[in-house]
Amino acid sequence: MQTPQLLAMFCGTLLLLGLIAYFLGRSKAARVRASGTSMYAQPDQYAWFAVMSTAGPALAVSAVGAFVMLLLGAEIPPLYLLAGSLVVACAGLAFAMARVRPEFHARQAIERVIRFILAGAAMISIFTTLGILLSIVFEAVRFFQMQSFWDFITGTTWNPGASFLAAAGRADEGASAAQFGSVPLFAGTFMITFIAMLVAIPIGLLAAIYMAEYAPAKVRTVAKPVLEVLAGIPTVVYGFFAAITVAPIIVSVAGFFGFEASFNNALAPGIVMGIMIIPFISSLSDDVINSVPDSMRQGSLALGLTKGEMIRDIVVPAAMPGIISASLLAVSRALGETMIVVMAAGMRPNLTANPLEDMTTVTVRIVASLTGDQEFASAETLSAFALGLVLFVVTLALNLVSVMMIRRFREKYRVNNL
Amino acid sequence: MKQSFDDISAQLRARHRKSARLKWASMGALGLAALFLVLFFADMLIKGTPAFQQAQIEVEVSYTEQASQLPLAAVNEDVRQLVSRGYLRLIPGRMRDNPDLLGATSMEWVLADGQVDQYLKGHHSKLNDRQKAVVDRLEQEGRAELRFNTRFFTSGDSKMPELAGIASAAMGTVLTLMVTLAVAFPIGVMTAVYLEEFAPDNRFTQLIEININNLAAIPSILFGLLGLAIFINFFGVPRSTPIVGGLTLALMTLPVIIISTRTALRSVPDSIRHAAFGVGCSRWQMVRDHVLPIAMPGIMTGSIIGLAQAMGETAPLIIIGMVAFIPDVSTSISDAATVLPAQIFTWAGEPDRAFIEKTSGGILVLLAVLISLNASAVVLRKRFERRW
Repeated sequence: MQTPQLLAMFCGTLLLLGLIAYFLGRSKAARVRASGTSMYAQPDQYAWFAVMSTAGPALAVSAVGAFVMLLLGAEIPPLYLLAGSLVVACAGLAFAMARVRPEFHARQAIERVIRFILAGAAMISIFTTLGILLSIVFEAVRFFQMQSFWDFITGTTWNPGASFLAAAGRADEGASAAQFGSVPLFAGTFMITFIAMLVAIPIGLLAAIYMAEYAPAKVRTVAKPVLEVLAGIPTVVYGFFAAITVAPIIVSVAGFFGFEASFNNALAPGIVMGIMIIPFISSLSDDVINSVPDSMRQGSLALGLTKGEMIRDIVVPAAMPGIISASLLAVSRALGETMIVVMAAGMRPNLTANPLEDMTTVTVRIVASLTGDQEFASAETLSAFALGLVLFVVTLALNLVSVMMIRRFREKYRVNNL
Repeated sequence: MKQSFDDISAQLRARHRKSARLKWASMGALGLAALFLVLFFADMLIKGTPAFQQAQIEVEVSYTEQASQLPLAAVNEDVRQLVSRGYLRLIPGRMRDNPDLLGATSMEWVLADGQVDQYLKGHHSKLNDRQKAVVDRLEQEGRAELRFNTRFFTSGDSKMPELAGIASAAMGTVLTLMVTLAVAFPIGVMTAVYLEEFAPDNRFTQLIEININNLAAIPSILFGLLGLAIFINFFGVPRSTPIVGGLTLALMTLPVIIISTRTALRSVPDSIRHAAFGVGCSRWQMVRDHVLPIAMPGIMTGSIIGLAQAMGETAPLIIIGMVAFIPDVSTSISDAATVLPAQIFTWAGEPDRAFIEKTSGGILVLLAVLISLNASAVVLRKRFERRW
């Protein structure tokens, strides 16, 4: 029999057993109660306890079996495994029926199980982080076994070229050895991030100042969601916009001033990414500026400062940890942004300081080396995981610093809603 | 140093001018952001609306014996290059299904070639002068016109722009998001309930909380690496399918749902909890019967917003191979599929200029769906929000 059919049969039988458990448990509890004995729980709760003790162990057994098969490669015929689980289910049913007695606390038993299930769900987020870390580290280690770590960090030539020949055991046929120097990739990433920050931080901060300090309530209620729309536009759309609309404009403007710009210049994705990031900076900065205590504003105005001086010299410095925290989050966002650079930035690793030239980024290389039709074990494919590892570490560090900054702000002004 | 009154008042005026400059600058920044938004939507509308129209021409189709072998022969030589190849290819099949057609000749409105479409819309086209003249003549005779493009919504991807549509990508999006929701919603709500209502305040709980906040800030492409290494290579989930895409997006959406559910749960006043305990509810009964129903609108709002985010996500799906060429609408979560943003990405890479229009059209559809999703979340919040 095929595995899907087997699984369907298993689920059907388990469902049936669960139903039987429910009705048996309930009728037994109802009988006990009808005989005049007072019980600790309602008949329904005994019924649910019976269902849980039938299905729970059976599902656990089959899940453990499946994991053993996948992880340890043990050969357990699915039929035996599922049949075994059903036997466990029947045993659980018998056990539960024996427990349906007046002095048994069915409700507390259910409660314990539910608490356990909820805690299990909460563990999934931990497993996700671990999964990301392990998958990246594991493959990155394989990469660093093939390539030297030092060359990866300090090399200035990224030329995966013939690495697939090496993976196929034909290394001597390649014209040149593959080189994985990631410096040009990081240079490109930082250049584009820098351009994005040049756009996003001033506009985002000024917009936040306007909304927090100047805007009438009506403008505020309109402007906030409008800015949020900017954050809600999918990145693939921004990428298309950068490549089709913004890049040609930049090329012609640069041409007008006598510069030569590539159609894959770093400026277009940088500017568009900056616009995408404006709401990240503005909404967090807005919250932070709003939670600067009013007494500081009143005090500074009472000393004769103009409103502009108050904002510049009192409010913004007070809110600075929050603003820096928002900017760091924005930088981490920009570093990891993929679609805009995949569509609008270049593919050529290029170590240059000229934003009008084409350059590539870490995320572009990750995508490029994983979408090719190469064998998974080749150095080029694995290099994506090494780049991913660096990306993970950098963004993690930025996020942690950002969280620490905002916590400092919160403690200083005793704000609870940030 | 002594200052005269005039000096001081001049200084004050300068300070006020400076103060006003900051106001205008900050207003200008907001205006700039709004201006960009307007420009962006205008650009997309201008580029994308033509995609909802497609050129059709009226030609004489003769269902001869020869046409059943060589479909090009079904139409006259002068318009042969102007009719969509994809349409002509269907003729032999139609003749097989309907033998009465053999020998018939009729005037029919047929789908025009993509280049004719571009020419009629006034864009650059690859037609030569003779072909342009023929199209002009047809247009004057009322035999060539732009009609509403139903094919864009009913057919899958194609290498011929006039045949390409978003149906298969839309279906892929629906299937993928169903998987995402089925996984992320229960786990997210359960996690939030655990953290808010059950968990003791210890190191372990704090670890989970820090971890969730951190997960929300991890670049989405790393989730793609996770999907590739764990789901595909380790668990052997088939590549390019909605199930692996949905699982990957579910892990990404999880923090959004958890954080918004926790906010919703926290806004339920403690008096409700005390009252429930007071009448003898257990903790789970209190959560299930009182706290969760009250928090549900907030939870739904957060989930819709998370879903909208997942819907626009492309990068992790590229890594797990969901940028496949899918001409047929698939209906199973274990068949290869693509999603709307991935379809947009694929079309954006096509060299044919007619695909720019298709891409923008797809973007307009995606944006419309996203905006209505977010609007429904706002409406839901407004409608059911309770102030205590």
